[in-house]
Amino acid sequence: MTEMDLLLWARGPGLTIATIIMVGGTLVRLLEIFLMGRKANLAAARGSATAGGLGTMIRRSIPDAGTFKRSTFTIVAGYIFHIGLFIIIFLFIPHILLFKSTLGVSWPGLPSNVVDATTVITIIALVAVLVHRLLDPVLRLLSEFNDYLVWFLTILPLITGWMAFNRIGMTGPSLLAMHILSVELLMVLFPFTKLSHAFTIWIARWYNGAIAGYKGVQS
Amino acid sequence: MERIENISIETESPSIPAGAGATCTPCSVPTGNLLPLLHEIRHALNSWLDDGSIHVIDLGSIPMAPHEETQLLETLGQGEIQATLSALGNSEVIETGIAGVWLVTHHNEEGVLVGRFIEICHIPEILKSQTEDARFALQALDNLLATAEIEK
Amino acid sequence: MKKDQTLGESLREQGVSRRSFLKFCAATASMMALPPSMIPVIAATLEKARRPSVIWLSFQECTGCTESITRSSSATIEDLIFNAISLDYHHTLQAASGDAAEAAREAAMEENHGKYVLVVDGSIPTGNPGYSTIAGISNIDMLKETAAGAAAIVAVGSCAAFGGIPKANPNPTGAVSVSDLITDKPIINVPGCPPIPAVITGVLVQFLTFGLPELDDLGRPAAFYGKSIHDRCYRRPFYDRGQFAETFDDEGAKKGWCLFKLGCKGPTTYNACATTKWNDGTSFPIEAGHPCLGCSEPDFWDAGSFYKALSTPTESLGKAATYAVGAGLLAGAAIGAVNRGRKQAAAKRHQKVTIDDLEKES
Repeated sequence: MTEMDLLLWARGPGLTIATIIMVGGTLVRLLEIFLMGRKANLAAARGSATAGGLGTMIRRSIPDAGTFKRSTFTIVAGYIFHIGLFIIIFLFIPHILLFKSTLGVSWPGLPSNVVDATTVITIIALVAVLVHRLLDPVLRLLSEFNDYLVWFLTILPLITGWMAFNRIGMTGPSLLAMHILSVELLMVLFPFTKLSHAFTIWIARWYNGAIAGYKGVQS
Repeated sequence: MERIENISIETESPSIPAGAGATCTPCSVPTGNLLPLLHEIRHALNSWLDDGSIHVIDLGSIPMAPHEETQLLETLGQGEIQATLSALGNSEVIETGIAGVWLVTHHNEEGVLVGRFIEICHIPEILKSQTEDARFALQALDNLLATAEIEK
Repeated sequence: MKKDQTLGESLREQGVSRRSFLKFCAATASMMALPPSMIPVIAATLEKARRPSVIWLSFQECTGCTESITRSSSATIEDLIFNAISLDYHHTLQAASGDAAEAAREAAMEENHGKYVLVVDGSIPTGNPGYSTIAGISNIDMLKETAAGAAAIVAVGSCAAFGGIPKANPNPTGAVSVSDLITDKPIINVPGCPPIPAVITGVLVQFLTFGLPELDDLGRPAAFYGKSIHDRCYRRPFYDRGQFAETFDDEGAKKGWCLFKLGCKGPTTYNACATTKWNDGTSFPIEAGHPCLGCSEPDFWDAGSFYKALSTPTESLGKAATYAVGAGLLAGAAIGAVNRGRKQAAAKRHQKVTIDDLEKES
């Protein structure tokens, strides 16, 4: 198989398979959660479940003072790489073209050299987060294979993407193929690893907020 | 029906709005290669003065924007020698305003530019008489003198 | 012109002075992007080179490659090339035809067995051999027969190098490239649709001067195919900043912005277009405002639309996603039902403990 064949597979059947598994897998996971159902709360409502749920979904994005003091590094580095990922994935014009061709919508992007700089910062933040995980005794004790796996799945598209933009390390078709394949790997494992927190976090925050709101307590 | 050669063709170049940013026309993006090239020439001239080593620079291998090329030719300037070579088309060999730095420009028989070199030396190789040609010419001259003898 | 004469001798006989020869070597070195220090080496080698016999076989091709090599206006340089080789067989350029032409080919093959250069343009059909024949001989037979006595093979154009347009989906003739059929001879691939004239002649000159050139893993000479269009494109600063033309005639297009959004395949294409350019250095597709097609790469006809960016999928994901949603809903519902069933069974199995149980004396 030539490198061009690999690129064409990645842009063709590879992407189709990855999309099917990611979309199908996400739906399976969501249905697994929702179909579990919840125990009926027979007490009378003392507040609004909806307001509690919605409010918590947003409020939990702002760390409270105590948590921030305890986990400053994790929170700051975490925000840096999450915002970085958002900028890189959704505000880089070649990626916007991908969304336009699949979803039919597009939006303005940032200058590509700004995204390039953001990629470097995001990679550094991710490396820092890994080092912290390895050095902190509690984190190291708690960490298992899946934690390291998702870190790898996240950083690989960033590194291959940066290499492809800056044309380093491989020839043209291989650079693109490696990047697209690394994204497909991420897509395929997304619903079945902790990466699914991207959608479960909203469900978890909603439920916690709704339960507390129903009871009329702060959440 | 008009003959195809006689039909006038109007070409429309894309209009570039005045002041539309520094990089409008193709190839007017500055490459920044002018200054390093001048440094290379300076270095080569110094070497030649030191130990007589000859240095040839192929300008075709150094991408330059049109305005940078003009600047280069202006900087080099015109010296005391201008020679025209007629071999497979015209070539121009000049000593630039910088003594010891020669500019050799080759054109083919259609007048298309096929090579441009900067040579730092006493005299470009191509200006010198070629031994093989001279040997061939000696033979021809011998033949000529031989026939002249016979006719006498 | 005697065949066993050196190039130097034959040029002198034609009245070409050594100065002219030196000028040619300088222009050739420049065109091949070799350092000026190589000029005396080229001169010394070419002077002593003996004119090889060249047999040019044209198979399933459009003759664009021959048009390219003969369309160069630097005719004198090309003339020298044609003086440096003995082109013993070429459909479009030869005077002979019919049996006489085939006889000339066979004579050249016998006389120069093991030493002639075989140039091929066009792909070879492996389906019904009748799809493409010359003098009743199928392409595949003629290729194998002629390749047997060749010193080296130059596959000119994307058809000969990779299969080209005949090989494009659905490939009705079973078209293949030269290297798919011949595996025991050195093959130089010179792809492009067509290749740049200067590249075709440059490869021949390089072969005469230095023998087999350094080839990349697609068999292309690194001197001409070593850099991608993207890495040598003058519009690269616009790509790096994210300034793209959206359509062929918008403001960005007029300002010469990057053509990535319009489907440019520059990043994955290796050729000399951005530096050597076309029509004696006049321009190349991107400079003229059209995205690169990637014509020197294998299967470029089937690589997704010419006008869809490299970052977009080649297959339509809509249908796949719809099936995925359907399958996901079904699988999710099934798993959910199983889970609920398990939960209910567990609830049923649950034994209630009362205070009496706890106070029971065993």
